Amino acid sequence: MPGRASGAGAPGAAGNGRSRDGGQVRGRRRERDPAAAVADAHRREWAFVLAATARVAGDIDLAEECVQDAYVAALDTWSRQGIPDNPGAWLTTTARRRAIDVLRRGATLRGKLPLLIEPAAPVPSSAAPGPFPGDDEEIPDDRLRLVFTCCHPALAREAQVALTLRLVCGLTTTEIAQAFLVPEATMAARVTRAKKKISAARIAYRVPGPAELPDRLDAVLTVVHLLYTTGHAAPAGPDVVRADLVERAMDLARMLQSLMPDEREVRGLLALLLLTDARRGTRAGPDGRLLLLAEQDRGQWDRAMIAEGAALVPGALRGGCPGRFALQAAIAALHAEAPSYEQTDWRQIAQLYDVLLSVWQSPVVALNRAVAVAMADGPQAGLAQIEELERDSRLAGYRYLPAAKADLLRRLGRQQEAADAYRCALELTMNTAERDFLTRRIAETGGQG
Amino acid sequence: MAEYMILIYEDENGYATASPDVFQQVMEAHNRFAQHVDAKGGKLVAGNALQPTSTATSIRGDVVTDGPFAETKEALGGYYLIEARDLDHALDIAKSCPARFGGVEVRPIMVFS
Repeated sequence: MPGRASGAGAPGAAGNGRSRDGGQVRGRRRERDPAAAVADAHRREWAFVLAATARVAGDIDLAEECVQDAYVAALDTWSRQGIPDNPGAWLTTTARRRAIDVLRRGATLRGKLPLLIEPAAPVPSSAAPGPFPGDDEEIPDDRLRLVFTCCHPALAREAQVALTLRLVCGLTTTEIAQAFLVPEATMAARVTRAKKKISAARIAYRVPGPAELPDRLDAVLTVVHLLYTTGHAAPAGPDVVRADLVERAMDLARMLQSLMPDEREVRGLLALLLLTDARRGTRAGPDGRLLLLAEQDRGQWDRAMIAEGAALVPGALRGGCPGRFALQAAIAALHAEAPSYEQTDWRQIAQLYDVLLSVWQSPVVALNRAVAVAMADGPQAGLAQIEELERDSRLAGYRYLPAAKADLLRRLGRQQEAADAYRCALELTMNTAERDFLTRRIAETGGQG
Repeated sequence: MAEYMILIYEDENGYATASPDVFQQVMEAHNRFAQHVDAKGGKLVAGNALQPTSTATSIRGDVVTDGPFAETKEALGGYYLIEARDLDHALDIAKSCPARFGGVEVRPIMVFS
């Protein structure tokens, strides 16, 4: 990532700056399995495909249906004809054609309120006109438009984030429900309600103008950060890290910084993501085994990313009461620059968590502070704070609470209680690497897996 | 353009105990609001103040009862029906709607077609 130029343009997606060979499929088969290619394209290209299709469809639900259809068609077509050179462009073209077909066939949208789309600046194109409207133009990157629409202040914060994860990241309702610690049915209803409001109340599909931008930013930063944390510790599946989500968050953070270079919290968020992501390659062993911060090979941390992130921190902290992203970045910088786990400045980290808790009353922050306190003042002090947090209903179902508790119990030599707590954590995670880690810890503490 | 209803919810005690000066200020604020809607590029379709909830009669099924449908601290006291381009435009207009003793709620008008 360092040195990679991703400004306000289209970071790594199917549109600007890439050759558009959308509808064309090369005859030769790739080494890769088509199903894997479709899954890969789903993770990488969903936001771009949906954002571009929404512009044509004029309706989010229709766009989602068409994009889903395009992914189904991709599995069939790519199996027979091979995987296209640019899967994202293939999917976008297919989804947009479907949307246009549906609109042409007739009255599907009669009585519905169209998505309000402000025209984008015209993009000069030398391509020959295609057979379908929209085919003869460069497909614009509408992902920011999609993000700001999802994060509109007329939507509840929870709905903003849920909708963004669903529409921008293409996460399933199950994954979003886990990220938010709510039942799946609740999350499904939340997403449906939010989509209905966008259309019924006529929330425009646009990026806010300069005057509105500051007010609209915090929700977007929250969304980008959540997107990152979802990728950083994937709620389900075989990998600890979903690199695509992490990279998408990083791209969005860079994009936001180029839009609002003077905004301290944007800088703080970008710094936080860089400093955290510098450790990405060391969070799992060669066998996919989850490695804790204490076990990670610090020599493998990405020093260029750490330097870039740490350089952003002073500017993010300076000039009044620092925001929550700047404070988290400062904590991440202390971790990233520490020579070892033991030689980390845990006392200063605990103090920064105190400040953070004063600007952001989150039980997850309080849990992290408890872990820092355990390192600064011993596991007993940390355990007392965690036991207090167990009474907070907002953390019910949060898998890192019993996992952190189990670790402190283990360090205190209370093996049986530790095994019980590891079992609680095991019941709460569907991530394979995390499950393996917890199962090993249960065995080590003498319990039965 | 689409139609939005701006529903004005206020604490009725505010008006019950208000001085003539306050009433005068409120009236002037509403007059200014009407001009403001035009200046903002919207259109004022209709608007009215309502008598207080002490004058309300509720009907549920065929049972008629004295009083508002729900007793709340802030009651519906008036409304404007406006035309606006989209929700952002409607909210921009509604932010200048006078509601000295409460606030306003913006609701899109349902379109049947």
